[in-house]
Amino acid sequence: MSPRPGFVLETDRSTPPTLMWNGESFGLQQLPTGSRIIYAPEPFDALKDPEGAIRHALEHPTGESEPLSALLSAGMKLTICFDDISLPLPPMAAPDIRQMVIEAVLDQAAIAGVDDVVLIAALALHRRMTEPELRHALGHRVYDAFAPNGQLLQHDAENPEELLFIGETAQGEEVEINKRAAESDLLIYVNINLVAMDGGHKSVATGLASYRSLRHHHNPKTMTHSKSFMHAPASALHSANWRMGKLIKDSGIKIFQIETTLNTDTFPSNFSFLQKREWEWSLRDRAAFAATSTALDLAPSKMARNILQGIKAPHALRSVYAGEVEAVHEKILEDVWAQQGVSVEGQTDIVTMGLPYISPYNVNSILNPILVACLGLGYFFNMYRGKPVVREGGVAIMFHPTKPEFHPGHHPSYIDFFEQVLTQTTDPEVMHQQFEEAFATDPWYIHLYRTGHAYHGVHPFYMWYWCSHAMEHLGRVIIVGGDPKTVRRMGFHPASTLDDALEMAKDVVGPSPSLTHLHNPPLFMADVS
Amino acid sequence: MIVKYTAKMGKLPFPLTKPTWPSSLPRPNPKRHVGVDFETAWARRYPARLFRAVYTDFVAGPLSKAVAPSTIVGAERLDRMDGPLIFAANHNSHADTSVLIAAIPSKFRHRLVVAAASDYFFDSTIKATTMALILGAIPIERAKVSRRSAQTAIDLANDGWSVVIYPEGGRSADGWMGEFKSGAAFVAQRSGATVIPVFIEGTSRVLPKNPIESEVAPGGSGSESQGVSRLRRHPVSILFGRPLVASADEDVRAFSSRIEEAVIELGREVATDYYQAHRTKDRSLTHGPSAGPWQRSWARPQAISVSERSLRDRWPFLRRPN
Repeated sequence: MSPRPGFVLETDRSTPPTLMWNGESFGLQQLPTGSRIIYAPEPFDALKDPEGAIRHALEHPTGESEPLSALLSAGMKLTICFDDISLPLPPMAAPDIRQMVIEAVLDQAAIAGVDDVVLIAALALHRRMTEPELRHALGHRVYDAFAPNGQLLQHDAENPEELLFIGETAQGEEVEINKRAAESDLLIYVNINLVAMDGGHKSVATGLASYRSLRHHHNPKTMTHSKSFMHAPASALHSANWRMGKLIKDSGIKIFQIETTLNTDTFPSNFSFLQKREWEWSLRDRAAFAATSTALDLAPSKMARNILQGIKAPHALRSVYAGEVEAVHEKILEDVWAQQGVSVEGQTDIVTMGLPYISPYNVNSILNPILVACLGLGYFFNMYRGKPVVREGGVAIMFHPTKPEFHPGHHPSYIDFFEQVLTQTTDPEVMHQQFEEAFATDPWYIHLYRTGHAYHGVHPFYMWYWCSHAMEHLGRVIIVGGDPKTVRRMGFHPASTLDDALEMAKDVVGPSPSLTHLHNPPLFMADVS
Repeated sequence: MIVKYTAKMGKLPFPLTKPTWPSSLPRPNPKRHVGVDFETAWARRYPARLFRAVYTDFVAGPLSKAVAPSTIVGAERLDRMDGPLIFAANHNSHADTSVLIAAIPSKFRHRLVVAAASDYFFDSTIKATTMALILGAIPIERAKVSRRSAQTAIDLANDGWSVVIYPEGGRSADGWMGEFKSGAAFVAQRSGATVIPVFIEGTSRVLPKNPIESEVAPGGSGSESQGVSRLRRHPVSILFGRPLVASADEDVRAFSSRIEEAVIELGREVATDYYQAHRTKDRSLTHGPSAGPWQRSWARPQAISVSERSLRDRWPFLRRPN
C-alpha cells in the first residue's frame, strides 16, 4: 500500500487524545474540540537497491558535470566532506547513508588510483564528533583506513592555517572556508537533506566556513528576513549562502555535490506508535506507549535521556543525486517537499507543539533551554512555506520541562549565555551588538571548540537568532510544564497545563481562538495557503 | 461479573482502552485477520516447524496409522526426487490430510504446506491458528479466483516448500470423485514445481463428511459411522502416481486435465489393478454412475474392516473369513 499523505484533522468529541512530546517524555493531551492537528505524511518506501542508486547517481550526474569516474585521476588531491552529527535526526541505524555514499566514492577513487584523499567532517561551529560517532557515520572500514593516517579530519573554523580567504561577495560578505577543501583538485560534498534548508551551496559555504564568514548570515537581520528557512526564495539565509556559493564556484573550486533524501521513517518498531495516528494504535501500540511513557517518567533523567538518545531511526535512502550543486539541489528539494509537504488552509491564532528530546545540536547531549527555544521557534515554527501556520501576533504553546540543565562539555558557552546574556536581554539585535563578539572570540571557548567536543562560543547566540523571525512574529510564547524561572528568563510565559496556557493565550488572541497542533515528528512542512 | 468488569473497562481512558475514531475521517474497511488474509508466515518459522515436526511424527502420524492403517503405493518414487512437489489428491474426508502427511516421505513432510479452504479452516482466529500450526495450512480462496491466495502457494513453492492441494476444492459429498479445478496446475505451472498425483481411498469411512445415524446402503455413502462416534477405524490406501511437469506450451487447463486423468487412473488402480487401470478410461470406477444420490451411494464399494484387509494383504494369501 502506498504511503498516505499528510493531512489536517479537525478534532471533535470522538477524536482521541493526541500524543504530546514533552522533552524526555511524552503523554496524551486532549485538544479542544474544533482544533486542527497536522499529521505528517507516512514515510515513503525505501529504495530497493540503495547502493545501486548511489552508483547510478555518481555515474549519471545531474546538471553540468562529468561522471565521478571521469573527474578522478591518479595524482590528484581529493577531499570528501560530509555532514556532521547534526544530521539525520534521530541518528540513522547503521549503515549510515554517509558511509554508503563515501564507500561508493572511495571505490571509484581507488579504481582511479587516487592516493591523496582526505575526509573532512563539515562541522562549521558545531562540536567535534567523537570517535564512536565518526565510526557510526562512516563505518569502521572507512574510519580505520583514514583516521590512523591523519586523513580523517574535522573542520576547524578557528585555525587560521587551515582556512583560506576566498573573497567577498557583492554585498561585502567575506568568504573563508577550509583550506584543504578549497585547494583540492576536487571537493566532494556528501549531504543529507533531512529538511529543505539543508544542502545546496549551504553545504560548503556554511559547513566548511569560519566565524568570519558565518557571521554575515548568522545574524538577527538575516534570520528575521528568512520566512522561512525552508522556503528558499523567501530565505535571506539561503540567498546569502547562494551568493557565497557562487563566489566559491567562480574562484575555481571544483565541487561535486552528492545530496540524499531519507524517508521519514523516524522511529524503530518498538517506538513505532510515536509516528502513528492515535486512533490507529493497536493493542501493542497502546501497551508500548503505556510501558515506555511510564518507564521514562519513573527513570532518572539521565537514564531516560540515554534510552531516547539510544534510538536509531530506521531511515532509508529515498533519493540520491550527484553532480553540479544547484541542479542537484533543485532535484532534491522536489523530493523533500514531495515527502514532507502538507497542505494547510489558513493560519491559526494559536499553534501548539510538543518538543521532543532531540534537536540538531544535542545529539547524545542535553536539550538545554536555549536549544528548547531554538527547536520550537527556530525549527518547528519555520517548517512552513508561504505563511507561518500561526498568524502574526498569535501565540505559540510549547510543551517541554525546560529545566536549566546544560551539558558542560558540549555547551559550555550556553551556560554563560544563559547566566550573563539572557539575564540582561532577550532581544537578538541587542545581544548581537553587545555580547556576541566577546563570546565568539573568547579564547577559552575557542580552546574547548578546537580541542574538546564543545560548540563554538558564539553558537548559543546563533541558536537565539534562529528564533528571531518567530519572536518578531508571535504575540506570546508559552511553555507548558516549563521551569517557571527558566522560562521567564527567556522572555516566555510558563504554564502548568494546556488549559492554563489557553487562558493566558486568550489575553493576546481573543476569547475564541483557533488552535492548530503540529504533530511532529515525523517531520513535515506546512504549505500554508 | 464479566459484564460489570467490561462496563468498568469501558470507562477507562485511552490508551487503556481502544482509541475512538475521529468522526470526520472515513473508517477504512476493517482489516480481516481471518479468512484469506490470515497471516501464516509465523507457522513456517523454526519454532512452529519444530512443533509441527514433533506433533506430526510422534502424535498425528502414529494416531493416523492406528485409526487408518494405510497401504502406500508408489512412495519409493518420491524418495529419489528433489522438491518442491505439488501433491494433487482427491478429497473425501478431513482425515485425508493427516493420512497423506503421514505417508509423505520425511524429506518433503517437514517442509510442507497444505492449501486449505479459507472460508472453512480460517474463519476464526483459533481455528486458523491451530490449522496453520499443526498442518502448516495456508488459506486458499475456493469460492472465487484469488490471485493472492494462489500467489502465496506459488511463492512458497518457489521458496522450496511442497504443497498439498485438493483440486476438487472440497470434500466429496458422496465418496465419489468430483471435477478438478485448475488451482494445482496453475500453481505448478507458475512455480515450475513437479506435480505428484495422489489417490486416497478409504478415508471417507474413517471420517465421513456427512455422518448419519444409520446405514443407508450396502455400499454406503461413506457415512456409516453410527451413533455419536464419527471416527471409525478403517484401512486406507494412498497411491502416489508418476510425477507430472507442465510442458512449455501447455496451458493450465490442459495440464489440469492431465493431473485429473492421472489421479483417476490411480483411482481405477485401487478398484481394479495397475494394468486394468491403464487399459480402460472408465470414469465410473472413480466418479460413480450418473444416477440419483441413493444409487450413487449404493454403487460405492462395500466397506471392509481392518481385520479383513489385514487378512487379504497377508502373504501367502489365506482364505477370507466367511
